[in-house]
Amino acid sequence: MTNFPVEKIRADFPILAETIRNKPLVYLDNAATCQKPQSVIDSLVHVYAHEYANVHRGVHTLSVRATDKYESTREKVRSFINAASDKEIIFVRGTTEAINLVAQSYGRTNIQAGDEILISAMEHHSNIVPWQMLCEQTGAVLKVIPMTTQGELIYEEFERLLTPKTKLLAVVHMSNALGTINPVKRMIDAAHALDVPVLIDGAQAIPHMSVDVQALDCDFYVFSGHKLYGPAGIGVLYGKQALLEAMPPYHGGGDMIKRVTFEKSEYAGLPNKFEAGTPSIADGIALGAAIDYLTAVGMDTIAAYEAELLAYATEQAKQIKGLKLIGEAAEKGAILSFVLDHIHPHDIGTMLDSLGIAIRAGHHCAMPVMDFYGVPATARASFAMYNTKQEIDFLMQGIQSLIEVFG
Amino acid sequence: MFEELRDLYQEVIFDHNRNPRNFRIIDPSDRKVDGFNPLCGDRLTLFLKMDGDVIVDASFQGSGCAISTASVSLMTEIIKGKTLTEAETLFKQFHEMTTGKEEHIDLEAMGKLAVLAGVREYPARVKCATLAWHTLDAALKNAAASVSTE
Repeated sequence: MTNFPVEKIRADFPILAETIRNKPLVYLDNAATCQKPQSVIDSLVHVYAHEYANVHRGVHTLSVRATDKYESTREKVRSFINAASDKEIIFVRGTTEAINLVAQSYGRTNIQAGDEILISAMEHHSNIVPWQMLCEQTGAVLKVIPMTTQGELIYEEFERLLTPKTKLLAVVHMSNALGTINPVKRMIDAAHALDVPVLIDGAQAIPHMSVDVQALDCDFYVFSGHKLYGPAGIGVLYGKQALLEAMPPYHGGGDMIKRVTFEKSEYAGLPNKFEAGTPSIADGIALGAAIDYLTAVGMDTIAAYEAELLAYATEQAKQIKGLKLIGEAAEKGAILSFVLDHIHPHDIGTMLDSLGIAIRAGHHCAMPVMDFYGVPATARASFAMYNTKQEIDFLMQGIQSLIEVFG
Repeated sequence: MFEELRDLYQEVIFDHNRNPRNFRIIDPSDRKVDGFNPLCGDRLTLFLKMDGDVIVDASFQGSGCAISTASVSLMTEIIKGKTLTEAETLFKQFHEMTTGKEEHIDLEAMGKLAVLAGVREYPARVKCATLAWHTLDAALKNAAASVSTE
């Protein structure tokens, strides 16, 4: 392994010292949610102990303090994904809310009966259902880019499905069920050639690689704080300023207005127009702490270390007789989805849990992906920067042993 | 290596998982109900052949984890020859055994089904064991379509 300071990083995550069923925790469910470094936990505690008040409205010192801290996260996010302006950073509850916001606000304004919305075969339910709802409301049609059994989108099919009827492309950057990293830059360029705006679901990609929304030139990029080592309850919608300005508000309420009378209300400018109500203030501030932590480690350094972890895990998994990997794309993030002959993923999950190993067993909110592979579920080990080669060895030993027990 | 799991994964469960009993289609059947656990994606179809009030044959199709497969396999064995009322009573007892208060359970009365009592300690797996029985419950009530654990 490279000189990645994994032991030093592990020491920053208090939960990694937990024991599960009297065994050291091996946490391999990072695609579901990541654990938090002490600095993020401290930040939450510090806000409530010293800096908490409502934001954007009080003249009192504490409110100004809370507002400054909360808004400083917006700037951190802007810098983290290299957005052009902090007006393009909208705080939401998470990826799901961000996609619903775009579907309802952008979609209902710009998409009509007969128009097509293009998604891919490997989307999470959160990037399927909001578009189905929009289709029901507008009469638009949902089209799906198919994939190969390797778990790669069929690019020629994408080009064929991208037509003048297409009014939006919504595609996942990195698949949570397969690990596939899609060629989003190329897809965005192809879509833009037909003036089709593009939403990228970055929920899985964001903790694993550096993301530059200007280089990608995506129109919307969405992600959740809790998969980025930050708190749950806070997430980000990035949108190009011109698009966001033209979009109507999603929720109405306080904080998103300039002036309200009973006859008419005048909406606030960006980003407040999309942030009605009291936000998740402490979570927002703590997301800033998570970004500080990641920036200090370096996203490219993390990506390189995780690539080594994945390569090692893949090599080890392939040695196990009866194990079939689900998702073998050439471009892949740190996710190992697999099935075992004659052993259901839920049994794998329970058995590994008894060894202190936390993996996910299920459909990963991607039922169409399960249907495509003809399996009800998969077992999924997903890695983060604090995982080690030793943990992967332990996982593989566990899998070998449970195969023996099942006979 | 998996000592702690012995209460959950007893040999009987492994046996029924490897060689599920009554894993076939009854055609024509008198009652046919689909059961679905959206949490894990497990699906099963239960077939019953009736003679008046008595279940004369029971079978299933579908795929699931060891717990759910063993549960439905054991269930199809045990309900054969039972009347609808007796089967309904068994459903209630099974439900109580897997989800109810310990002091109310008479494991001896459960016979073979007692091997599934261990799921009580694994809340995440209770539905695996009860899917078969909820499907049966729907079949007993002659619900035609399908049943879901959610």
